[in-house]
Amino acid sequence: MSAVTPATRRPRGRTLRAAAGRTGQYAALLCYLAFLAFPLLWLISTSFKSPQELGSIDPTWIPREPSFDNYRAAFDAQPLLRSALNSLLVAGSAALIAVAIAVPAAYVMVRNRSRVTRAGTGWVLISQMFPFVLIIIPLFLVLRNLHLIDSLPGLVMVYVVWNLPFSLWMLRGFVKAVPLSLEEAAAVDGASRLRTLGSVVLPLLVPGVVATLMFSFVTAWNEFFFALVLLKSPENQTMSVILTHFIGAEGAADLGPLAAAAVLATLPSLLLFSLLQRRLAGGMIAGAVKG
Amino acid sequence: MRATRNRLRSRAAACAAVLSLVTLAACGSGDGGGDGTVTLDYLSLAWQQESVEANQALVDEWNAANPDVQVRYVQGSWDNVHDQLLTSFMGGEAPDIIHNDASDLTDFAYGGYLADLTDLLPDALRADIPEESWGTTTFDGGIYGVPFLQEPRVLIANTQLLEASGVRVPTAEDPWTWDEFEDVTRTLTQDGDGDGRTDTYGVAWSMREPVSQSVNLSLSTGGRIFHSDDDGKNEIRFGADDSAVAELINRQVNEEGTAPSSSLGMSGSDTLPGFFAGRYAMLPLNFSFRQQVSQQAPDGFDWTVLPMPSGGGPEGLVQGVAPQTLSVAEDSDHQQAAADFIAFLTQADHAVELAQGDWMLPTSRTALTDPSLTTDELGWSTGVAVAQYLRPSPVLGVRGYPEWKDKIATPAFQRYYDGGSGLGDLREQLTDDGNRILDRYQR
Repeated sequence: MSAVTPATRRPRGRTLRAAAGRTGQYAALLCYLAFLAFPLLWLISTSFKSPQELGSIDPTWIPREPSFDNYRAAFDAQPLLRSALNSLLVAGSAALIAVAIAVPAAYVMVRNRSRVTRAGTGWVLISQMFPFVLIIIPLFLVLRNLHLIDSLPGLVMVYVVWNLPFSLWMLRGFVKAVPLSLEEAAAVDGASRLRTLGSVVLPLLVPGVVATLMFSFVTAWNEFFFALVLLKSPENQTMSVILTHFIGAEGAADLGPLAAAAVLATLPSLLLFSLLQRRLAGGMIAGAVKG
Repeated sequence: MRATRNRLRSRAAACAAVLSLVTLAACGSGDGGGDGTVTLDYLSLAWQQESVEANQALVDEWNAANPDVQVRYVQGSWDNVHDQLLTSFMGGEAPDIIHNDASDLTDFAYGGYLADLTDLLPDALRADIPEESWGTTTFDGGIYGVPFLQEPRVLIANTQLLEASGVRVPTAEDPWTWDEFEDVTRTLTQDGDGDGRTDTYGVAWSMREPVSQSVNLSLSTGGRIFHSDDDGKNEIRFGADDSAVAELINRQVNEEGTAPSSSLGMSGSDTLPGFFAGRYAMLPLNFSFRQQVSQQAPDGFDWTVLPMPSGGGPEGLVQGVAPQTLSVAEDSDHQQAAADFIAFLTQADHAVELAQGDWMLPTSRTALTDPSLTTDELGWSTGVAVAQYLRPSPVLGVRGYPEWKDKIATPAFQRYYDGGSGLGDLREQLTDDGNRILDRYQR
């Protein structure tokens, strides 16, 4: 009566194994998340610590006497708000323009296969190989001749050009994933090329556009060297440049205020990701092909 | 149909947003001026809050007194100043007044990017700064910067451990010799709980950047590593005088155990927690590190500033320094006005303010007599007492030094201090490989 048939034992064993496997997966995921989050959490913790605590040989995760002094000091020492606004303007403009150019360009590169588009694709790849130290002086001279040194539009232009190849390459993959049969079906239904693009292709590209937008924004937001070299006026300086003002010679740094400013500098990117991630996933679902 | 219109409308709005962002950006970068007023850009590398405030206050004072020559304060960063200046010089857009380090001036001066200040500076300023300091910014007979702040290497010591050990406390008049220092570190090194592991090391050498301190401290034992002949040609030698301090450090780390090997990869800041916790009794650090020590020291922690050990004789306390400098760009249209501003910044009372802000020593003889700098508080008087022994670092004016430092000397010294190579290997790398690099620059 109490005998358990092999038929009932097997599923239970499988269930246990599956549960163990699932637990292992979650444990691994947790470890990975902890690994990814560690720098940010440590940065946040540091930003609330006093100089004495920062000099302690036994660092703790939770500040012993947390305070906003470092944030106050950071705001007192540097024009953080103005620089954040500059970064926002530059990174936002650069990302939007780069994506606005990259979307139609990627579409043409994928759909109109010709020698020109093949050469264009090759050029996009080659352009990724130039290190910025190689181009900074010629770029500086070009911008000077255009009277765009020390101007935010000049920096936007540089970031657009700098981001465009990767944006193009990224979007190319998304355009390729859109089945040609959908466009053909729209054409059969009488839609014009423009209508097909607007109503069929673009909605399916939303995840790609969002991902590219985020990539371009974060790249421009974090970029330091072009901003350092091309902007002279204090009122034009971006956040990444301002952060270096907390660092002195030979590794010395005003660590508390630097951590506080760095936390503030990561907020826009975090905010953008949290706002757009739903759109990213939503776009993927919206792009599903029926039947 | 309505949906399509909405989509088109939203796309148009997106385009408008892009355009408006760019327009806004354009509005934010306008340049005033045009009323005949001269505006000079002053690139300052001050970074500590007190120092930035001191600089800005002096700029404001100048601007109030000189309505026709306005100075715009531009803050730079020590980490990237070389690349920033190089690009600006090449593009003809360099700031008029440049704050930098004497070791970074060599190539810019020889490259013709900096103005010769010989005839632009007032005699009083020339007379107030010692010839040794002017030597750090003089190339081919021209003066390419005003050396205005400098800092010696000093020993920052845990007073309680020092007193408990009963060792003699040195002064600038009666410093430790290097031998005595070695004995003191033996006394200070303790295994308090008797578990066979050292609890307190006599000294912790932070050697993330080992080259400049190895070269500069070699002067105290009669070395200099960089030797130049009558034609001004530089040659690297690493004889007994040049290597005495390096050998001592190697001994302390690898033979005597009076200095930990773990601190060799650290920067000066990294060693402070161990110092506050009593792990290290003394730290050889630059004078300005006092600011971090005073800010981060736990309540009740007592520390003191001691001179570095002497190599013996009247010149035994000598060490090399690369002062902070103020230069004028050759491309500046207003070189005299820029030099006048530098003279204003470096006049004795202002030099005192800048020195206090940076926790460094002024080069000005008058400024060094200011009571705020001769006080014993925070070790100021020790710094002022050793100021007379500061000499131009032997690396100044040596073309090819940055390449030698990065490619040869830094890894070679790090390996040697860590016990990974011997003195013979170190000498061979520094001289044989090093002189090949210098030769390339001196052809």
